[in-house]
Amino acid sequence: MTEITAGTELPPLDVRVRRADLVRYAGASLDFNPIHWNDRVAEDVGLPGVIAHGMLTMALAGRAVATWAGAADAVVDFSVRFSRPVPVPDDDEGTEIEVSGVLKGETEDGLTQIDITATCHGEKVLSQARAIVRRQRA
Amino acid sequence: MPLDPAFVGHSYPRSELYQIGREKIREFADAIGDPHPMYRDVDAAKAAGHLDVIAPPTFVMVLFNMYALAAIVEDPGLGLDYDRMVHGDMSFKFVRPVRAGDKLAVTTTIDGIMSRAGNDFLTLRADIETEEGERVVTASAQLVVRAAA
Repeated sequence: MTEITAGTELPPLDVRVRRADLVRYAGASLDFNPIHWNDRVAEDVGLPGVIAHGMLTMALAGRAVATWAGAADAVVDFSVRFSRPVPVPDDDEGTEIEVSGVLKGETEDGLTQIDITATCHGEKVLSQARAIVRRQRA
Repeated sequence: MPLDPAFVGHSYPRSELYQIGREKIREFADAIGDPHPMYRDVDAAKAAGHLDVIAPPTFVMVLFNMYALAAIVEDPGLGLDYDRMVHGDMSFKFVRPVRAGDKLAVTTTIDGIMSRAGNDFLTLRADIETEEGERVVTASAQLVVRAAA
């Protein structure tokens, strides 16, 4: 990031998510909640079927933030609200999550705020999502 | 049965030390599809001023799931229904990135409990520190236990 211009739109990141990705994420993150891999349990608790880990969506947002910030170590503060579940059908297509961001401006501490949007089928799956990042040394 | 508000402010004993491994970081970075070299290549991380490879921000969930979430799920007094639980929100405040070689301990605190329309909302905080007590990151989640149909 060379210049802070509030309102600048950042390049979106589109990621396809399939059941196999959920299984892999479950193992890597140690989140074995069955609603992320077992349709029977998911439907029993009133979900439309297996849903993606909210934290996988947040991780994809984090990937985008690292790209936008130009560094993997820039994130100081990162928060999201999970506004809607992301159902992942049991087929070869899975679903797609799109992450986009807008430069919000500089904080009082001289850090940069990025407001993040994540959607699935055009509907927001994260709300109040933002990252505060350190500007990179030139 | 709604969660007991008497648990607000309750802290669980500090966890054991968890040693962050390079290969666990790489496994996590692969699982989220993030190819950044600072997660895999020690030289790239060192060139950026780090002692070893660093972890993606949400890698902290490994510690959160293993210790903070486990503490409340395994607490028979709290009586949380894990299958009915979904994630409401999540935040991380970093002092510095987590890195390979870190030996980290988690102290888990229940910051809030409320009930609304039959759903329970529990705010869980994990303070993550080095062996020497240096704070690395604080992770906080709102967990929603959905009402039984």
